[in-house]
Amino acid sequence: MSKRIEVNDLNIFYGKFKAVEDISMVIEPRSVTAFIGPSGCGKSTFIRSLNRMHEAIQGAYVTGEVLVDGQNLYSPATDPVNVRRQIGMVFQRPNPFPTMSIYDNVIAGYKLNAKRMNKATADEKVEKALQGANLWNEVKDRLSESGSSLSGGQQQRLCIARAIAVEPEVLLMDEPCSALDPISTLAIEDLIQELKAKYTIGIVTHNMQQAARVSDRTAFFNIAGTGKPGKLIEMDSTTTMFSNPKVAATNDYISGRFG
Amino acid sequence: MSVPRDERTVAGHTAVDRSAAPDSPENVTVRPDSSGLTPELFGTPEPSSPPERPADTGTGLGQSGKLPSALPPALLLLAAGVSAAVLLLFDTWSWTGTAALTALVYTVGIYVLARAVEGPRRAKDRFVTALVSIAFVLAMAPLVSLVWTVASRGAARFDLQFFTETMTGVVGEGGGAAHAIVGTLMITGLASLISVPIGIMAAIWLVEYGGGPLKRIITFLVDVMTGIPSIVAGLFAFALFSTLLGEPGHRSGIAGAMSLSVLMVPVVIRSCEEMLKLVPDELREASFALGVPRWRTITKVVLPTALAGIATGVTISIARIIGETAPLLVTMGFTVGFNFDMFGGRVATLPVFTYDQFVRRGLPPEAFVDRAWTAALTLIIIVMLLNALARLISYLFAPKTGR
Repeated sequence: MSKRIEVNDLNIFYGKFKAVEDISMVIEPRSVTAFIGPSGCGKSTFIRSLNRMHEAIQGAYVTGEVLVDGQNLYSPATDPVNVRRQIGMVFQRPNPFPTMSIYDNVIAGYKLNAKRMNKATADEKVEKALQGANLWNEVKDRLSESGSSLSGGQQQRLCIARAIAVEPEVLLMDEPCSALDPISTLAIEDLIQELKAKYTIGIVTHNMQQAARVSDRTAFFNIAGTGKPGKLIEMDSTTTMFSNPKVAATNDYISGRFG
Repeated sequence: MSVPRDERTVAGHTAVDRSAAPDSPENVTVRPDSSGLTPELFGTPEPSSPPERPADTGTGLGQSGKLPSALPPALLLLAAGVSAAVLLLFDTWSWTGTAALTALVYTVGIYVLARAVEGPRRAKDRFVTALVSIAFVLAMAPLVSLVWTVASRGAARFDLQFFTETMTGVVGEGGGAAHAIVGTLMITGLASLISVPIGIMAAIWLVEYGGGPLKRIITFLVDVMTGIPSIVAGLFAFALFSTLLGEPGHRSGIAGAMSLSVLMVPVVIRSCEEMLKLVPDELREASFALGVPRWRTITKVVLPTALAGIATGVTISIARIIGETAPLLVTMGFTVGFNFDMFGGRVATLPVFTYDQFVRRGLPPEAFVDRAWTAALTLIIIVMLLNALARLISYLFAPKTGR
């Protein structure tokens, strides 16, 4: 179910501003790839370009190619809506739909696309997704309550359930734990470990320990200065990156000397 | 309505400032020898405030006397008594004079007392509180007076006959405004039917799709339209229908509804635009990330989230046009009986009914004036019901947050 992502010479622009320059990398299936780097270095922009979410911002465009199992995401024939159906995303701040119940939030991917399904199938999908997001036991008795009645950590797991309910090939997470307390963070990190058996996962994080704990491979982004484009400095297996990085800047950042 | 946005940006700035602040003491402690840094850090606007603080906190922890809580009302009564007495003494007593003088005496009195007992900061607080309260009373007085006058004068003919009969064949007393009430509801309904879809869709375009110079031009035009004098809207609709149908002096309900729509559309656009802007982008992103197309995101996520606000905005825009007189006078004129045909002939409405009864008084004149007041009262009640409905809608449809 999971897919391999290959990025070749990707440049991302917001209007005239070049936000990210010349990225080439491979994101392996069934593994967790962490993206680290100082604020404003283009990690989020990059991860959002992997499912064409950055196009929601006016004036944003890319050059270069992103291949998902050999298919170019940015070829004119590709429909961004279909891309997003295969590559799910979890955001920094939990964003359940406030007008929907917990149940409806989980199957929002089907409901909003007006896919018809019978009650039994829907129930099954909701339970499976909530089990997958480690939330089922906490909410099974109050599925009809509003999604915003949950705590922040539960809301974030609800958002993960919503993202995996549509059974995507890839799951992208943009600082999924930055608004959460340590216990909720731990719950989500455990969840990432379980999810990696099935999905290709990309995670942006500011938390070095988190990158070290959850990821198999780590990519370090950096920026030369304000107004300059962000670049991929180094990418390797997480163990190598944290113990023996090749580039001095990576070592400085990881050991907290700057950034 | 654009205030929340501004507040948010302002709050953002202050948050940035605060987060930047803790850095400075750290820098000082880490590098105490770098004397070049210190004056810069303390050369910020900070020094201007400390001199004021010692004055305030002169008594250790800033403890000072406190006026008893019963004092302000007592002082207010005293001020009223003194004002009335003074005015009586000079033989110039009046309600307004007493009220004005009371406000003045109380404001000065509370400031002086508080300054003596509680210190200058509390005194300033009391002074401003008094000013703000006076402004509130000033704002409320005309409203209360208006509702009271209309209610008391309109009560005379607020009977069953008024709501069941028309003015057909009535020359003196009796008669009613049933035709005008029905006319008002039909015309307003028709105007809403035209304006609400146009307004909401235009707002959706402005918020979700529009961009660049075209958006700026349209926003500007909408703002201009908000300020169109209602009589101009009336003349526009009148001229439009007269020309289109080649029928000089054309009068019809649809022409009236059209003129009201010209007034209503910009109000609907503006209020809906603000409500749609309040829907967090995160929800749109969440929907996009699930592979939901833009139009489905708008109809299934954005609109339901903003529904309460949109419903309130629409109701308020209806309340805004339901009392319009001038355009309806031009486009629909007036009639004494029912006219259910929206596409031909004159239609009566409550505001025009009020105007007509008041201006063309017959005999006995009181009967006409009474009908005018009752029609005005009915109109106010309809607007109040609409506002109550708006509150109910926003209560029922508001996203439940649980916390």
